[in-house]
Order: sequence, then C-alpha cells, then structure tokens
Amino acid sequence: MSGPSDYQPSNPALQWIERRLPILGLMHSSFVVYPTPRNLNYWWTFGAILSFMLGIQILTGVILAMHYTPHADLAFKSVELLVRDVNYGWLLRNMHAVGASMFFVAVYVHMLRGLYYGSYKEPREVLWILGVIIYLLMMATGFMGYVLPWGQMSFWGATVITNLFSAIPYVGESIVTLLWGGYSVGNPTLNRFFSLHYLLPFLIAGVVVLHVWALHVSGQNNPDGVEPKTEKDTVPFTPHATIKDMFGVSCFMLLYAWFIFYMPNYLGDADNYIPANPGVTPPHIVPEWYYLPFYAILRSIPNKLAGVIGMFSAIIILCFLPWLDAAKTKSSKYRPLAKQFFWIFVAVCILLGYLGAQPPEGIYVIAGRVLTFCYFAYFLIVLPLLSRIEKPRPVPNSISDAVLAKTGSRSTPMVSSAIVLALAGALFAGSADSARASEGSDKPPGNKWSFAGPFGKYDRGSLQRGLKVYKEVCANCHGLSYVAFRNLAEAGGPGYSVAQAAAFASDYKVKDGPNDAGDMFERPGRPADYFPSPFPNEQAARAANGGAAPPDLSLITKARSYGRGFPWFIVDFFTQYQEQGPDYVSAVLQGFEDKAPEGVSIPEGSYYNKYFPGHAIKMPKPLSDGQVTYDDGSPTTVAQYAKDVTTFLMWTAEPHMEARKRLGFQVFIFLIIFAGLMYFTKKKVWADSH
Amino acid sequence: MNPDASTIAAGAPIEVDLSPVAEGQDIKVFWRGKPIYISHRTKKQIDEARAVNVASLPDPQSDEARVKSGHDQWLVVIGICTHLGCIPIAHEGNYDGFFCPCHGSQYDSSGRIRQGPAPANLPVPPYQFVSDTKIQIG
Repeated sequence: MSGPSDYQPSNPALQWIERRLPILGLMHSSFVVYPTPRNLNYWWTFGAILSFMLGIQILTGVILAMHYTPHADLAFKSVELLVRDVNYGWLLRNMHAVGASMFFVAVYVHMLRGLYYGSYKEPREVLWILGVIIYLLMMATGFMGYVLPWGQMSFWGATVITNLFSAIPYVGESIVTLLWGGYSVGNPTLNRFFSLHYLLPFLIAGVVVLHVWALHVSGQNNPDGVEPKTEKDTVPFTPHATIKDMFGVSCFMLLYAWFIFYMPNYLGDADNYIPANPGVTPPHIVPEWYYLPFYAILRSIPNKLAGVIGMFSAIIILCFLPWLDAAKTKSSKYRPLAKQFFWIFVAVCILLGYLGAQPPEGIYVIAGRVLTFCYFAYFLIVLPLLSRIEKPRPVPNSISDAVLAKTGSRSTPMVSSAIVLALAGALFAGSADSARASEGSDKPPGNKWSFAGPFGKYDRGSLQRGLKVYKEVCANCHGLSYVAFRNLAEAGGPGYSVAQAAAFASDYKVKDGPNDAGDMFERPGRPADYFPSPFPNEQAARAANGGAAPPDLSLITKARSYGRGFPWFIVDFFTQYQEQGPDYVSAVLQGFEDKAPEGVSIPEGSYYNKYFPGHAIKMPKPLSDGQVTYDDGSPTTVAQYAKDVTTFLMWTAEPHMEARKRLGFQVFIFLIIFAGLMYFTKKKVWADSH
Repeated sequence: MNPDASTIAAGAPIEVDLSPVAEGQDIKVFWRGKPIYISHRTKKQIDEARAVNVASLPDPQSDEARVKSGHDQWLVVIGICTHLGCIPIAHEGNYDGFFCPCHGSQYDSSGRIRQGPAPANLPVPPYQFVSDTKIQIG
C-alpha cells in the first residue's frame, strides 16, 4: 500500500499470478518490508489484537448462524439447544459472546492509546475518523447481537434503545416504526436485527481495510510523536512487528480464555437467561458494560431529546478531536499537563461506566451530571486551552535519539493520576455502600460448592439426590423443559447409564401425536424426550398458582443473581467466584420463616422469605426435614435437600461445565507455553534494535 | 421496511368487555403488541385527577380531555412509559396512578406525568364505547 512493490516471487506459478494480479507484492510491501517505527511499545499491538478479534467474531458468528433460529418464539430455545446439543456449541457461543466484550476492551485501549500519544493529529486525521466510524459500526453490531438471544435484557434493551430515536422531532416516530417493522419490538424486529447483525461485521471489515490503508499511507505514529526520518528510525514489519504482535495477541488470548472457560457469564446479565416477555419489565434495564458511560450521559440529562443528543455527541465529538486539540507536540509523554488531564479523563469514563449501571436516583444523578460535564469539558475546554497555555517539554530530534535516551531516564511517577484514581476508588466504595443499604433484602450466604473454581466438578451423589428431590417435590409445579432424559446419561452429568436413563424416561407419560386417526395419545417417555412440564401453558400455570407462574428451572441458577457491589465484583474476577445464582437458589429454599419480622406486611396468599426480593413469595415452603428419602445415608434435612437440588439445577443450567473447565486448563497450558515462546523469539528478533 | 400486511391486519381494532372489571380494578389488554391499561377508577381517583391545577403539570391536559364524557370512571391508556418504553406498574407511586420501575417516572390516576424523566403523559389510544360495558380499541 505504500507505492509499487519491486517484490518478485521466485516460484514460476506465483510469478505468473503476480504479473496479472500483484497481490503478493501488495502483501509484501504492506506486511513484510513495511517500515515501522522502532520505538513502538506494547500499546501498539492492539491493532493486531483487534484484527484477530474481528476474525474470531466473524468465524464463530457464521457457524453460530447455522444453528440459530431468528424467530421470536424460537430464538431463545435455539440458543439454549445450540449450547447443549451442538458439538462444542457452548465453546462457540462463549467465544462469540465474550469475544464481543473483548473486542470492546481492545478497542477502548486502542482509542485511549491514540488519545494519549496524539495519533489523531496531522497527517492522521482521516485515519482517526475512519476509526471512529468503525467504533460506531461496532456499537450498532454489538447492540443488535445482544438482541438475538431474545432474553429479557435483549428485549428490553432493544425497546429502550430503539425508543431513543423517537426523541427526534417530526421523523422520530416513523424511524422507530421502521426499526420495529411493527407497532412494538417483536418478531419483525428480531428478523431485521439478525440480518443487519450478519451484514455489519463485513462493513466493519471493509472500513478496517480503509483504516489500514490510511495507516500505511501516513505511517504509524509512535510514543515519541516524531516522524521517522532515516532508515535508522524504523525496522521492517516482518519479523519485528509480526512477532511482537503475536506475543501481544497470545497474552490477550489468556485474558479472553479466562472468561471463555472459567467465567463466561461474568460480563453478561442474569436476566438474559429469562426468555423475553413483553408484559414484564425487569427492574433495572442495564446495557452491556461497554455502553455504560454513554448510557450514564443519556440519563444524567433530564430532557429526553437533549439526553439523546448528548449521548450521540459524546461519540461524534471524537471526530473533531484533530481540530479541537491544536497542540504541535503529539505525544503526551512530552506534555506534562495533557498527561495529567488524560488520566483524569480515563477516571471520568470509568466512573461514568459505573454510574450507568446504578439506579438513577439520589447521589448517582448528581454525580452523573458532574461527570458528564467533565467528559465534554475535556474535549471542548481542556484540550483547546492546553494547546495555547501548555509549555511542552522538548521532543527528541529523532526516534533513534529517543530510543538511546530511554535507557537513562525513568518517567516520574504521576502523582495527580494516583490521587484521581484514589478519589475514584473512594467514590466507588461509598456509593456501593449506599446502594447496598437501599436494597433491603439480605444477601444470600456463600456456600462451598463442589463445582466452584477452576477444577470444579459436580458431585455425582449430590446430582442424583438432587434429581430425586426435583422429581418428588419441585416437578409438581416447575418445568425443566430444556433437559432431556438422555442428558442424564451424558458425561459430566449425574452419571447414570443409558439403560438407567431409558428406565427413568419410561416412568413418564409423554403426549405424542397426532396418530392416523388424528388423535393425540400418551406413551411412555423415551430418552430423547424432554422433561414434561407440569402445566400445558403459562396461563394455566399462573391460574393454578394464585397469579404467579412457577418459573422453568432449567436455567434458574443462571437466571438469578444478586449485586455483589464494589469491590467484590473486581475480587470475583480473580477468584472466579460466579456462584451467585446457586447461592441465591439455595438461600431462598431455606429462607422461609413462619412469622414475618415486625414492620413487614405479607399479602394474603404469599409467604415470608428472607432472601426473596421484596420478601413476599408466592411459593409456600417447599421442603421440610425427612420429606424425601435418600438411599445413600445422606442426612434428610432441608439444608441437604437445598444443596443437592441446587447442585442438580446448576448442572441443568450448565451441563457442559466439566468439559468447559477441563478444556480451559489445556488451553491455558498451551497459551502460556506459546506466549513464552513468542516472548523469547521476540527478544531475539529485537536484540539489535533496542 | 414498514410493517407488512399481516402485521397491519393483526393490528385491527379489538373489543373489550368491561363488565367484569370492578371499581378500583384495572385490566391490561394487548393491542398492536402494546399493553393497554383499562382502569375502573374510584371516586377518590377521579376527584384527585380533577383537583389538580392543570397549568402546573409538565404536560398540561385536563382529566376531562383524557376520558370519554359520561364514562368518567374509565381510564384507557397505553401502558408504555413515554421516557424509554418500559411498562409502568398500575396502582403504585405517589399519585394513585402508575409508576415506571425503570427510571422512576410517576403518573397520576389520569395517566399524566407528574414526576420523573418522562416528557409526556401516557397516550390515550383511539377507542370508543360501543355500549355501556364494551369498548372498541382502534
């Protein structure tokens, strides 16, 4: 991409192609001999990481689309069956869902790197604007992808976001109708979102080609912000940048694999394991984490139209960055004030993200307004002002000078940024406390689960006992509709033989038909049948249970959660704690109390439960000591029943958990060795260049 | 990309029988995929809705303009919060009306916005009384 190449392949067949289509020469000049500044640091590997993530997302997405059904009645089920029945379907889905988050992690680092080192400045304005366009396309793609599983958060997220457009005067309502294809979010909406979600990644890939093209015309920026002048300032792309990027990508994959194999639901929302229901709004509608700062800006502006404008201009303003910041010095390394404001800006973005996940009340609203002001002030006041008043430190003459000087001086500690981060931390802690105080229900106590941690396995005895408790107690009201009898004999499950599973199935009566006479009939269950539901439909379930339909239990341990608050959600990332669901289910089963404490009134037909949100639960106390007999001598207490049935329900929600953690361990061993090899190869390749 | 013919056909007017709805109760029916609240308001709710100074409201509209005269006890509104489209809960909030759990908007017993980020009152769908106990929505 940088001028005609003089590359000539030695193979005659390749020469024949090269004369007709000089694609090898193009590749050679762009990715082999292309000169890259020799002072690039690891923040520059995120371009390669992003290309890698785009490739992963397209590849897994195309395979997922082969198994997915874009229909309002079938989408949720098709995703569940994909995870359960398709070979490595759980891996594909985790890679794609976590991959979206990782894509945004990488893009935010990439953007902040550009911001810090002034990569948007002359002559790279078009390069930067193309990047903002890619980011916008990514946001649209990510949003539409989140709608496809058709869970509660998918549906209500789609409702809230599409309604943003109704704020536009005159044409807003018709735009919303066009997005919906109906009078509300529904099946036509899902269909068009699926189509667009498949299309947009290829548009992104196209703009990425333009982005790389523009990059190779203007050349890469570098940490010192001085353009390469002589041969000595650059190294060839291959092997130097290639091997460094490979090392960067393999380190990034370690983080990616941590989520895929050990905490795939950490970044998601438990509500999205509840099928979409247009008649019930979840109490907190929260977008995916990567939209949270913009969601916070939207909510902090009290006027609806102004809020929408504020949110969109928070992104569009990036396009004008090359002209808002007129400072001649590119890199913040040589701009003492800009450097400090940069870190303040990062803290503002993180805090806005935190506020976006909090309910919009009290202190959060005020903090949101202050931070929204700070966000825009950085672009509209601080940067234009700094370019006039700041006295930058002298920049080195050339890149090679900078590389030589580097061995001597160490950068001074950034006191101000430390203060800012400490302040941010204190605010986090304080606000999390007030949030906890306002919630009211008790936090479920933690338990020791056999399936927790990186080597967790289901306790077979517990699974078998839990199945018995489910069959004798829970199954009277609760379905288990995503679990088939054959699953009982599968690896990583309760450990029954195929014959035992078939015998278990034949105890059930399953409705089949119509037969030749056109009648429905009942027959004994087969291993391929699913657990029959106790009620024919939701309305019947509702009517028989005083207005509250007992939820299906297949996914209940993933569909329930509770907020852990700061700093626990950060600690949980390292400890891999993700058993909020099982802890909650087990706590609710044991949380019934005969008498409500003073000051709590429980309506007629409801029961007091210590851990149920709002405390008034329609389910009467389901378990009592000695209710279910155990053959293996385990204690027949409520505590033991709760533990066993929760373990069983964790298995119904995550039948492939053992395979996931086992494969995860192997992948980690491989990645660590691979990253190590890449590191030492990189050291060898760069030995002469530092 | 506008709604197709079957979607439009499914959005035809519906008739709702009001006779089983006792005073103080309300029902939710779906029309065009939207929840419609039909409230049989009590005397107290009607009086509250009429006592307020219309000019002081964020979206000024009198209660009389939002119901059909002669059927003052019946309030028919689209149960979609005018802020960002969540479904408010009936009989909650400080104004004997609706409360939206998403961003805290509160509507009074006439479905008018009283507090919170929503910019407008709950819209009244097109409807008419075909008899004293039956309405047609649409």
